[in-house]
Amino acid sequence: MAKLKELAAMEDRLVAGHGMCLGCGIPLIFKIILRATEDPLIIANATGCLEVCTTIFPRTSWNVTWIHSAFENAASTIAGVEAMYKALKRKGKIPEDKKIKFLGVGGDGGTYDIGLQALSGAVERGHDIVYVCYDNNAYANTGGQRSSATPLGASATTSPQGLKSPGKMQRRKDLTRILVAHNIPYVAQASPIRWQDLYNKAKKAFEVEGPAFLNVLCLCPTEWKYDESQGIRLAQTAIDTCVWPLYEVEDGKYKINYKPKEKKPVLEWLKPQGRFRHLFKEENASFLEEIQKQVDEDWEELNKLASL
Amino acid sequence: MKKKKGAQKIVFKSEKDFPLMPMSIGSMLFNKTGAWRNIKPVINLEKCIQCGICWKFCPDVAIFIEKEWPVIDYEYCKGCGLCAEECPTKCIAMVEEEK
Repeated sequence: MAKLKELAAMEDRLVAGHGMCLGCGIPLIFKIILRATEDPLIIANATGCLEVCTTIFPRTSWNVTWIHSAFENAASTIAGVEAMYKALKRKGKIPEDKKIKFLGVGGDGGTYDIGLQALSGAVERGHDIVYVCYDNNAYANTGGQRSSATPLGASATTSPQGLKSPGKMQRRKDLTRILVAHNIPYVAQASPIRWQDLYNKAKKAFEVEGPAFLNVLCLCPTEWKYDESQGIRLAQTAIDTCVWPLYEVEDGKYKINYKPKEKKPVLEWLKPQGRFRHLFKEENASFLEEIQKQVDEDWEELNKLASL
Repeated sequence: MKKKKGAQKIVFKSEKDFPLMPMSIGSMLFNKTGAWRNIKPVINLEKCIQCGICWKFCPDVAIFIEKEWPVIDYEYCKGCGLCAEECPTKCIAMVEEEK
């Protein structure tokens, strides 16, 4: 168990001065994840908010080796880097026992949609990498277009709410379960507000032999349209309403890390966010019921899987 | 406050000064994001219980724990208010920035 003060004393690997929005959730995630290993770290970053905000030419916010890759191939870039270091070790150019960690990073656009086949290929080949997806439910960098992580009923710029449409009509894709289906050693879903849980998961992911995947909920005040100072409370309701359950899958065994004492209605998650405001009109009431039904179904299914 | 390096100004006088590859040659610490701020957090250290929650929830990496006490780096704080909202003893107040 790490203590918060010990983590605070460690050196920052992502420094101040980056251009992310007020109250952005991405630095909260990487503050913890980058402290979960003390070994040298190599990061491949897909195009997205994190990439454009931290590396404005000719400067960088990163204190670690960092490669920019295109939108679709962060996972294959980091897999190639890992293979190169393996070859260098075999040829004796760097010591055999030197530990280097490899981290692929992408947003939900670069992971759920565009980078899915590269990620699927990299984990299938069994490279010793960690891939972290920060999921903020939209293509926030380019103006909030819908992605396959956007939840049912949310208004995005390419699935706007209006007279004929109540926002996005489809369910979100369950990427964590897709990665579980690859039979890789470690898959987890986390949230930055439970830092101890996120730290443990990141540590496990770095230590495990073979590919590991973390899916982390990321606050986005710009696209979710809420008051930025209320972000942490909103993230708490996400796990209390079971919209974003925290669980991990180690070698196919499901384990739920956080069970709310009292499962709250999904309304508490929807109400503070401007992207769901239209759902509270009379004509969209059936949508609210459907969202609640889907969240209940998913939570029940997860409980069933965890009790196996 | 921690020592800051690489935050000096970079000037390209001719094309020869550009790096050969698209790479970063300085630190984003040069980018003083404190200028974005409208309201600023002020810590009342008498009520502080040294829990470290303000450090954990600062998205701008602008709060340091120095000798167990939190210190705000106003050069980078963007004034989002997460620290004031989450402080368990409410010892951080958001005050209007002086013009």
